[in-house]
Amino acid sequence: MTAYPTTWRRPPQILTHRGWRYAIQLGVLVYLILAIGTVEVNWARVSVGMERGLRFVQGFLQPDFISRWTDISRGLVESLTMTLTSTVVGVALSVPIGIGAARNFAPAWVYYICRSIIAVSRALQEVIIAIFFVAMFGFGPFAGFLTLSFATIGFIGKLLAEDIEDIDEAQAEAIRSTGGSWMQVLNYGIQPQVMPRLIGLSLYRLDINFRESAVIGIVGAGGIGATLNTAMDRYEYDSAGAILLIIIGCVMVAEYGSSYLRKFLQ
Amino acid sequence: MLELRGLTKVYRTGDKALTDVSLTVPKGQVVGLIGPSGAGKSTLIRCINRLVEPSSGRILLGEVDLARLPPRALRRERRRIGMIFQEYALVERLTVMENVLSGRLGYVGFWQSFMRRFPGSDIERAYRLLDRVGLIDQADKRADALSGGQRQRVGIARALSQEPELLLVDEPTASLDPKTSRQIMRLLIEVCGERGLPAIVNIHDVPLAQQFMQRIVGLRAGRVVFDGSPEELTEAELTTIYGEEDWTAMRKDGEDDREAEAETARRLAALSA
Repeated sequence: MTAYPTTWRRPPQILTHRGWRYAIQLGVLVYLILAIGTVEVNWARVSVGMERGLRFVQGFLQPDFISRWTDISRGLVESLTMTLTSTVVGVALSVPIGIGAARNFAPAWVYYICRSIIAVSRALQEVIIAIFFVAMFGFGPFAGFLTLSFATIGFIGKLLAEDIEDIDEAQAEAIRSTGGSWMQVLNYGIQPQVMPRLIGLSLYRLDINFRESAVIGIVGAGGIGATLNTAMDRYEYDSAGAILLIIIGCVMVAEYGSSYLRKFLQ
Repeated sequence: MLELRGLTKVYRTGDKALTDVSLTVPKGQVVGLIGPSGAGKSTLIRCINRLVEPSSGRILLGEVDLARLPPRALRRERRRIGMIFQEYALVERLTVMENVLSGRLGYVGFWQSFMRRFPGSDIERAYRLLDRVGLIDQADKRADALSGGQRQRVGIARALSQEPELLLVDEPTASLDPKTSRQIMRLLIEVCGERGLPAIVNIHDVPLAQQFMQRIVGLRAGRVVFDGSPEELTEAELTTIYGEEDWTAMRKDGEDDREAEAETARRLAALSA
């Protein structure tokens, strides 16, 4: 009888040389220590800041919905309008772009154009786009609407394209083999495979857009963010607290609502 | 009638999948295409309706040379060729009826197909075919709610709804159990017989091929190395196609399957008695 070993260890998968492994682990540790050493903390400033932070928290604990209610409700309605319109427009624009950006389905030149549009949309952070559109179209929700629509294109377009690239090719091939045209292959072979996820992503984007609308409002693109910014500028932390609570509430409603809908759609 | 002349496919990687394949399939003949994995069976079938572009050679379906058609004309000719797939390739989230009707896509415009408003004759044909394959009650179910054997029946109905002049069948039984495999093969042979429809059937299972096919073509490394009747497919020929192996062992497996099938039938009979 042969004696087989009774111990086994998983062989290292990336760095097979023991020396390199130790060198890299040591290097990471040294870098971490040095990096922490360079962080300057002004403790005097921290103690002052703590007091301000505390006032902020107190405002939160006693949120004031009443005294600025007209501003808050206007901002909220503006944000919700902005969110919904930009999601609808953004998704409508990103569907053709996403289809064009699927390597397995679009001709090469269309693919590169659509990929570039998506890359530009994803490279620019919402706040930066918002500043640009505010400069172009002035303060207010229209700039916000454009910003969120543009950002939606990058998000939905990329994920839809990847989803199309991941489909079961055989189903599309079967439709192609019946003599179906390009549009028919799209409608019969591909759409049924990607539709549930597209709807799920659109709902997800809806709640991202609502959250983003609060952020871009701070740079002048209207909505609840603008109201929040005004409250902060006036040191009305109780009103700011109320606004933040409303934002959190809306996001949670959107979150649960969309996850319920997605489950229902599967 | 289908005629292949000097069909060659070289993939972009330089792999020669098919070398100078010439083959004639007369009306009504069902040809089994056997050969080891990677011999080019799938490529050959897909070259015929140009899901894979052949590198050279001619594909004559009746009078038309499919190898040289521009895209629009190719789509029109594809209507004449029905295809049945290994993993059924039904559109899972569509209903059984939509899957069968999708065989008519080459005949209707985009809006008609988008609105699912197919001509009455197409719908009637679809129901008739579903009845023929024994699934008329399942028409409104989603395709992914069916079992493997049922799905392949829908696949057959979809191909037949094209009213094709040729059937291309790619490993129709590869994901089915032995009993269902035989039922599907029997159904295929029957529908081809009813319509005088020629077919090329890729098949892994040699005993199954010998049981059901009128003619067998053996492919090895992209070349035709055998072409004859099932009786002519001797152990020596199998060795040319697949390489050295104990062929009697494989036969025995086939017998095991048959025994198992008989056994199941006996048990079922005993249960229902």
